[in-house]
Amino acid sequence: MNLAQLPAGTSAAIQACPQAGPAFTRLREMGLLPGTRVTLVRVAPLGDPIEIQVRGYRLSLRKSEAAQIELAPEPPTT
Amino acid sequence: MNPAAPAPRSAPVYALVGNPNCGKSTLFNALTGLKQKVGNYPGVTVERKVGTAYTQHGQPLTLIDLPGAYSLAARSPDEAVTRDVLLGRRTDTPTPDRIICIADATNLERNLYLVHQILDLGRPVILVLNMMDLAAQAGLTVRADHLSRQLGIPVIPCEAAHGKGLIELKLALSRPDLPLPRHAWDIPAALAPAVSELQASLSAQDRKAPLVARAEALLLLTDPDPVRVAGSTPLSAATTRILETWKQRWAGDGTDCSGTLVAARYDAIGRLARETIVPPASGAHATDADATLALSDRIDAVATHPVWGWLIFAAIMATMFLGIFTLAEIPMGWIESLMGWASDHVSALLPPGDFHNLIIDGALAGVGGVIIFLPQILILFFFIGLLESTGYMARAAFIMDRVMSRVGLNGKSFIPLLSSYACAIPGIMAARTIEEPKDRLATILVAPFMSCSARLPVYLLLIAALVSSNEVPLGTQVGLLLLMYFLGTAGAFAFAWLFKKTLLRGAPPLMIMELPPYRLPRLRDVAWQMWERAAVFVKRAGTVILALAIVLWFLANFPKPPAAAEGKPPVDALAHSFAGRAGHALEPLIAPLGFDWRIGIGLIQSFAAREVFNSSMSVVFAVEQGGDEAATRAHLRDALRTARRPDGTPLFTPLVCLSLMVFYVFAMQCISTIAVVKRETAVWKWPLFQLAYMTGTAWLACFVLYQAGRALGF
Repeated sequence: MNLAQLPAGTSAAIQACPQAGPAFTRLREMGLLPGTRVTLVRVAPLGDPIEIQVRGYRLSLRKSEAAQIELAPEPPTT
Repeated sequence: MNPAAPAPRSAPVYALVGNPNCGKSTLFNALTGLKQKVGNYPGVTVERKVGTAYTQHGQPLTLIDLPGAYSLAARSPDEAVTRDVLLGRRTDTPTPDRIICIADATNLERNLYLVHQILDLGRPVILVLNMMDLAAQAGLTVRADHLSRQLGIPVIPCEAAHGKGLIELKLALSRPDLPLPRHAWDIPAALAPAVSELQASLSAQDRKAPLVARAEALLLLTDPDPVRVAGSTPLSAATTRILETWKQRWAGDGTDCSGTLVAARYDAIGRLARETIVPPASGAHATDADATLALSDRIDAVATHPVWGWLIFAAIMATMFLGIFTLAEIPMGWIESLMGWASDHVSALLPPGDFHNLIIDGALAGVGGVIIFLPQILILFFFIGLLESTGYMARAAFIMDRVMSRVGLNGKSFIPLLSSYACAIPGIMAARTIEEPKDRLATILVAPFMSCSARLPVYLLLIAALVSSNEVPLGTQVGLLLLMYFLGTAGAFAFAWLFKKTLLRGAPPLMIMELPPYRLPRLRDVAWQMWERAAVFVKRAGTVILALAIVLWFLANFPKPPAAAEGKPPVDALAHSFAGRAGHALEPLIAPLGFDWRIGIGLIQSFAAREVFNSSMSVVFAVEQGGDEAATRAHLRDALRTARRPDGTPLFTPLVCLSLMVFYVFAMQCISTIAVVKRETAVWKWPLFQLAYMTGTAWLACFVLYQAGRALGF
């Protein structure tokens, strides 16, 4: 699963971020690193961009970038 | 101690650095008061703010307010200035002796990333933890003393918005013996040899100071683009070779140098933050300032709601737009009467003659033409300041981003473009809120297509001349007006799309934007920003506008008609002038659009401001003045209707009126806009390009319209 597919209101840990690409150096510096927990807070009214919570603050990014951030599969909650 | 004494040359230089949205401007204003100077960094369009502050013991110091940055691995021109000043690369700005870092205590982890990079520089640093009140509200206990011990630097808890902590900060500024940071963090083992090798090369080959060399080596490994990191100081061949060798080696064994480095910093920061911030007893996560976000979340549930969000957005935008459009008219009326009063008085003092006319019609009218924009600029920046300081600005960009991304822009371009419907000048100045330079330039280049309020009188006059009855049917008037507004808007979006595809093509558009928690606006900061914008406009653009207004006056009044023309109607004097001759000279060029030389004069005089077309036409067609405004307007309308070409056919046919309106939609005819674009882009290239491409578009559109209309028998 990737960050663009995360349902609103749920969280997951980042598994991998692309190494290259202009956006991802900055996203890493903004704290999106493998192992970091992110929560998808909401999606903009027109479906893009998305708002996430990471390290206690809110960040918005477009789905085109979010789709390249892989999330770790969550252990099934019982 | 005498605080009023001028700062000696040896006053220490402090830089104030921090993330966006952490209260940096508030702190800067609190420390410097009115003693600040706003300008531009030469060569880039980044605001430069320098002020004089005083230590608690009255010693003056120079404080440079560096643009907000998330990282020294700069991505925008603003961040590049922050990096370059801190690394001592800018020859126009002294390298700061000491650095004041400001961090938002409610969002410590991410704020500490920049601080962590700055500590690498090995310069004395004072860390200000701002928004302590909000952290306390969120139930967080911030152990500033612990952070201070860990980093070996003074850490000062502060509430800049309420002036708390300022005395402690000023006491720290007084300290002659500020300790160097005890900043040891473990550069990941895989990268350490590369860092030392690059550092050695940067200091030997590129002649950088050892600690600057180390910081630059780390930046070269953080940002994959070495050219961007090097900026104005290109890397030596030796350093580039070392960097290439290492990158090839890492590509071979799969090491992600940038990711490893950033992760190592966040590991160190995470430890610091966990020890510094004590969460509320019930809190599960150490760093989630959930409570601060709770209220913001409740607001956002409405403000970004698929239905309510749009209603709120529309209401705010409508209020802002109406504010610029109608509220500004009241003070603009005052300014006009004030200028009228002033010109009457000056008129009485000066003997009639050219000098009299130069002062009244050239200089005073030019000054009036500058300050007439102030109400709109002040009102727009009042709203922008309010939206920015409350945090709604980011939400507006968030919900509009999808729409703007269709033409390659991002959500932040919306407010500048909307404001341009009132006037392109505040709109273009508002484009400063767009960080990405290419998006900002594209926005500035298309903003004047939005039909501004100065075009409205021209549209209304031409619509009145176009219909045959004396009363314009409301439907026709509204329909034609909407068509003109639509044409301008479509032109703006089409050209934005085109520019982003061609001229301003670059990295794919990004929208990485922090959504800060909602806060109560700080009216003092809003007022300060309004004042600053107005002052910048008057000082930088005002002088150009004034000079151009005088040139235009000269063109319309010289050379003088021969003495035989004494007593002839003013139209002959105008026809004899440079402007009149230019109108004649222009005729072959504008004849295919249906315009003759008399309209040409109007087009030229419109450069002072588009609505001057109407008064220009009054002179050209010798419309009798007097009576009330409505009567004058009706006279002018009738004069246009009865105007004939030399062959006796009517000049202002409906097709010509329409063509002329379309010309006003697209053409760049405003010296004030040209002056502001020059000021905002720092070079003459862009306003001149804009003048050429917009006027070219206008010509082409009118040519197609007029020739097609003629072919169809209109």
